[in-house]
Amino acid sequence: MLVAILVAAGMVSLAVGARELSPGEVWHGLFAAPDSDRRLTEIRLIVQTVRVPRTVLAIVAGIALGVGGALFQGYTRNPIADTGLLGVNSGASFAVVSAIAVFGFSRPFQYVWFAFLGAAVAGVVVFGLASIGRGAGNPLTLALAGQGVTVFLAAMTTAVALSDQKSLNALRFWNAGSVAGIGFDVIWPVTAFIAVGLVLALTTLPTVNLLNLGEDVARGLGVNIALSRTVGIAAVTLLAGAATAACGPIAFLGLMVAHVARYLTGPDYRWLVPYAGLLGAVVLLVCDIVGRLVVRPGELDAGVLVALLGAPFFAGLVWLGKFKNA
Amino acid sequence: MNGTDVKPSVAPGLRLGGVSFVWRPWLVLVTLLLAAVTFLVFCLSIGVGDFPIGLPRVLATILGRGEQVDEFVIMDLRMPRALAGVVVGIALGVSGAITQSVARNPLASPDILGITGGAGATAVFLVTASGGTAAAIVDSVGVSAAALVGGLGTGLLVYFLAWRRGIDGFRLILIGISVSAVTEAITTWLLATADIRDVARSQAWLVGSLDNRSWSEVQVALWGTLVLLAVVACVSFQFKPMHLGDDVAAGLGVRHSAVRAALLLCAVLLAGVAVSAAGPVPFVALVAPQAAMRLTRSPTPPIPASGVVGALLLTGSDLLARTALPVGLPVGVVTAAIGGPFLVHLLVRANRR
Repeated sequence: MLVAILVAAGMVSLAVGARELSPGEVWHGLFAAPDSDRRLTEIRLIVQTVRVPRTVLAIVAGIALGVGGALFQGYTRNPIADTGLLGVNSGASFAVVSAIAVFGFSRPFQYVWFAFLGAAVAGVVVFGLASIGRGAGNPLTLALAGQGVTVFLAAMTTAVALSDQKSLNALRFWNAGSVAGIGFDVIWPVTAFIAVGLVLALTTLPTVNLLNLGEDVARGLGVNIALSRTVGIAAVTLLAGAATAACGPIAFLGLMVAHVARYLTGPDYRWLVPYAGLLGAVVLLVCDIVGRLVVRPGELDAGVLVALLGAPFFAGLVWLGKFKNA
Repeated sequence: MNGTDVKPSVAPGLRLGGVSFVWRPWLVLVTLLLAAVTFLVFCLSIGVGDFPIGLPRVLATILGRGEQVDEFVIMDLRMPRALAGVVVGIALGVSGAITQSVARNPLASPDILGITGGAGATAVFLVTASGGTAAAIVDSVGVSAAALVGGLGTGLLVYFLAWRRGIDGFRLILIGISVSAVTEAITTWLLATADIRDVARSQAWLVGSLDNRSWSEVQVALWGTLVLLAVVACVSFQFKPMHLGDDVAAGLGVRHSAVRAALLLCAVLLAGVAVSAAGPVPFVALVAPQAAMRLTRSPTPPIPASGVVGALLLTGSDLLARTALPVGLPVGVVTAAIGGPFLVHLLVRANRR
């Protein structure tokens, strides 16, 4: 069912944009051999260099963020965990702006690695802070920690950006969280990282279930807690870092789909996490499509739209009392 | 709590009409000491600049016995900035102390109640929007005032969204975070679509700065803060029992929802005044109450001391930003550099407990 929706959304995503294409034209653009007809060549160009990369990226990044969010919630046993809320995004922003200012990069495939590095460092720091001692169970502490780290990094980012206008200019586009304008030169390596992260994530799912019974019970059942935590951190960082590196900061997606997935599947993480991944892909893709339609001929970045959708969702969960004060 | 007290419960009381205070010499001493240090930094900050003025001459001028040149440089050029630092610092410190007490969480700060985000989004919108109503608003009331309105509006929105048979600190913070995220998303989008020169201008606004303050702006902030502090002083004697939880407070005769609403409103307004005068200076409201608590050895964030520490922190950071850093970076960068590590320290402590 979800797969079908995803495929349908993918098709729509190929067709919709500043220049509308009919299904036949999309088909042609995807599979026809290069020919001399100018109109058809143009369509081929649009489909293969613009629409296909951004659709693929939206799906891959959506899966990564969805799985990452669900896994993060599983490991911290904290319903509020989300890579965007917890400073991973701002770590990546800071790294990007520093890299541009110091090395004078101008193309995404150059600074994408720094984004990855920044996301990874920030992720490990926040995850570490969140899981020391008994604070791990308290959603509020974690949320405030993430908020604090975000504010700190944002101020540092501004400091760099203010002293270097070129990096400011690059940053503001990257910061909006968009799946557009990224070529396959970035997508392939990012997808490779995400694939590794997904494999790690899937192997740990049964352990996550046990961890959710409580640390002592899990240890009693023979789980190596330190090892599984490390693998979990690695998986979440790979997934979130790679997705953030490619698309820029996208907040709330992981949080949102993890909760919807929990509603659909129940608390078993072996089902919950894959569902969250598929849902993440659908939501990100749909947000990207809607973003192309609402302010034509301009575009509303997917990241902005996800936040506009996700924040009220989050507020609703709070209001319904879904987050218990531990 | 004074460490030398064997029985803190019999600390001497002080009764004035219907109001009684617990007399804590250590608290008063530390607060006065901090105030003195703040005044010193304030004078130093006035003396530093392209035309350096020594400390004795600054003091003489402030007391009205300075030379004419000094008088012009100090009173017309440097005083607004220095005074803005003190006023904004006090407002943020007090606002933070109230927020942390109401939320009963040392990590809460008025930033997350939506004021900062709302004010930021409004300011960016006005700076980047070209022509039309936006330009008219900027011309008539100025960006600061409009941002203040935007911030207060967002603060009220958070408050009403979090209302469900009363206000609960936990829900308030989470709702505040989600509303802040929406305003951040809007700001990001505005920045991405705007002209690069406007982006640089609004970026400076987004991190908090004391540059180019005029007397008129400072006066608004000064009077606003004074009035609000008076209100806080009137309400705050009902304040202490609230740390013990709603039920205990009610049992002690505190009308807790009314007091909490009044105090939160004051905190929001104080933060709004501060934001309109200096932009969203990060972490002052978070750090000042916690630092004041440790310095005064008080079990809860002490309100007057928090204000003084806030003023000291902001004035000192501004001095540091102008003297130690190479380019003209705004003061918000310095306070963030101080606040970030402090936050980590708080978190580690909170988790160890």
